Amino acid sequence: MKSRSLVSIDDLSTDEIMQILKLAAEFEKDPIRDILHGKVVATLFFEPSTRTRLSFESAVNKLGGKVIGFTDSSSSSVTKGETLNDTIRTVNNYVDLIVMRHPIEGSARYASEISTVPVINAGDGANQHPTQTLLDLYSILKTQGTLDGLNICMVGDLKYGRTVHSLLIAMSQWKTTFNFVAPEELMMPEEYKLYLNHLGLKYNETTDLNEVLNTADIIYMTRVQRERFSDPMEYEKVKNAYVLHDHMLSETRPGMKILHPLPRVNEINPDVDANAKAYYFEQALNGVFTRQAIICTLLGLK
Amino acid sequence: MQNINDPKQLLVSAIESGTVIDHIPASTLFKVIKILGLDRIRNQITFGTNLDSKTDGKKAIIKIANKFFEDDDINRIALVAPNAKLNIIKDYKVIEKRVVSVPDHITAIAKCMNPKCITNFEKVTTRFRVVSKKPVALKCHYCEKITDQERLEII
Repeated sequence: MKSRSLVSIDDLSTDEIMQILKLAAEFEKDPIRDILHGKVVATLFFEPSTRTRLSFESAVNKLGGKVIGFTDSSSSSVTKGETLNDTIRTVNNYVDLIVMRHPIEGSARYASEISTVPVINAGDGANQHPTQTLLDLYSILKTQGTLDGLNICMVGDLKYGRTVHSLLIAMSQWKTTFNFVAPEELMMPEEYKLYLNHLGLKYNETTDLNEVLNTADIIYMTRVQRERFSDPMEYEKVKNAYVLHDHMLSETRPGMKILHPLPRVNEINPDVDANAKAYYFEQALNGVFTRQAIICTLLGLK
Repeated sequence: MQNINDPKQLLVSAIESGTVIDHIPASTLFKVIKILGLDRIRNQITFGTNLDSKTDGKKAIIKIANKFFEDDDINRIALVAPNAKLNIIKDYKVIEKRVVSVPDHITAIAKCMNPKCITNFEKVTTRFRVVSKKPVALKCHYCEKITDQERLEII
C-alpha cells in the first residue's frame, strides 16, 4: 500500500485492488475468523449512514474485533464545537483503525494526515466512498468472472452520483464499454467523458433506458432525486422514465446482473427482486467481505 | 523590449538596485503585493498601476529596492500575474530578465472554491495540484474539486 489509509479509490493501484478483491473472496469462503482479536475499531459517523456503518461493524465483529463510535454528530463532542482535528487526535489514542463518515469534502484526507492510525473513508460529502467502489468491483468480478471487456450500463443520476463516478474511474482501468442513461439534467459530467476519450474507451449516452438494457453485462441503478432538479416540472416528466420493471428484463443477457448502492426508493420495482438478475442485496453482503479485506489489508493482517 | 529606464517613458522612478516586476495585470497588483509579502517588508517600494500597455491593456509595475527573489518565491505570483516579467537591476541597469512560470503544486496561496471543502471549515493549509497552467486550473488535495482561473481567490 502506498499509504496506510484508504481515502480515495485513486490511492490504490490496479494490483492493490485485485489483491483486496482476492482477499475478499477468501473472507466470503470463511468469514468468521479471529484476526482482529484485541483490536478496536472506531466508527465515527458525523452524519448517519446506517447501511455503511452496520456493514463495517459486521465486518469487524466477524473478525473478532471490537467497535466503538458514534452514529451521528449530535451525540458526539462535535456539537460542543470540537474541531475534526481534535476529535481525530483524541480518538486515535483509543483505537487501531478509524472508519469515518463526514459531510465535509476532503475531511477524510485531512483526518488521514493527522491520525496516527489508518483511516478508512466511509464517505466524505459528495467526494469519495472507496469501499463502496471496491464492493461494486467485487460484485462485478464475482458475477462476471472478469473485470475486463464488460458492458456497464449506468442509470439515473449520473451528474451528482458519487458512486457512479468512482466506479467509472475504477472500471476505466479495463476495456469497459459504458452506457449512460440519464435525464438531460443529470447526464454524466463532461470531465468524465473527456477522461474516457483520453483513454480511448467507448461510451454511449441516451435518455432512453430500454435502448441499452439488452447489451449490458451490468446495470448499475441509482436514485433520481427530486431535489436535484432546478425545475420541479422536469422531475415530474422524467421520474418514471428511469424505473426498472421485471418485464423489461426478458431480452437481457443471461448473465446480466442489476446492482444498486441502496437505499432504493422506487427506481427498481419490487417485482424485479425475484428475478435471478437482481443482485443488489447480495451486493450488500459482498460489502461485508470487501470491508473485512480492506481492514485487514490496512492493518497488515491476514 | 523597451528600456525601462528610459527617462522619456519612466512613469515610476528608477531604482539603483533591486527587482522590477513588470506586466502585472492592473487588477491583480494588490494580490501580487500580498503574495510576495511586500506589505510587510521595509525595503523602498514604488509602484504604478493602470498604466497603458500595448499587450496587456492596463498593467501595473512594482519596483523593489535591494530585493531579489528566488524562483520558488516569484513563481507564486504566476497564479495572478502569469505574464509578469522580472528585471533584475544593478547600477540602474537591467542585468537579468526573468519570466514567471506556474509551479506544479500550490501550497497556502489559493482558496478552494468549494464551499463544502474542509479547508473552508478548519485551519487547514490549502494544497493544490496544478492540472492546467493556461488557463490555470487547480485540483484540491483535499476535496478533489477543481478551482479554475475565474474562481481563483488568493488567501
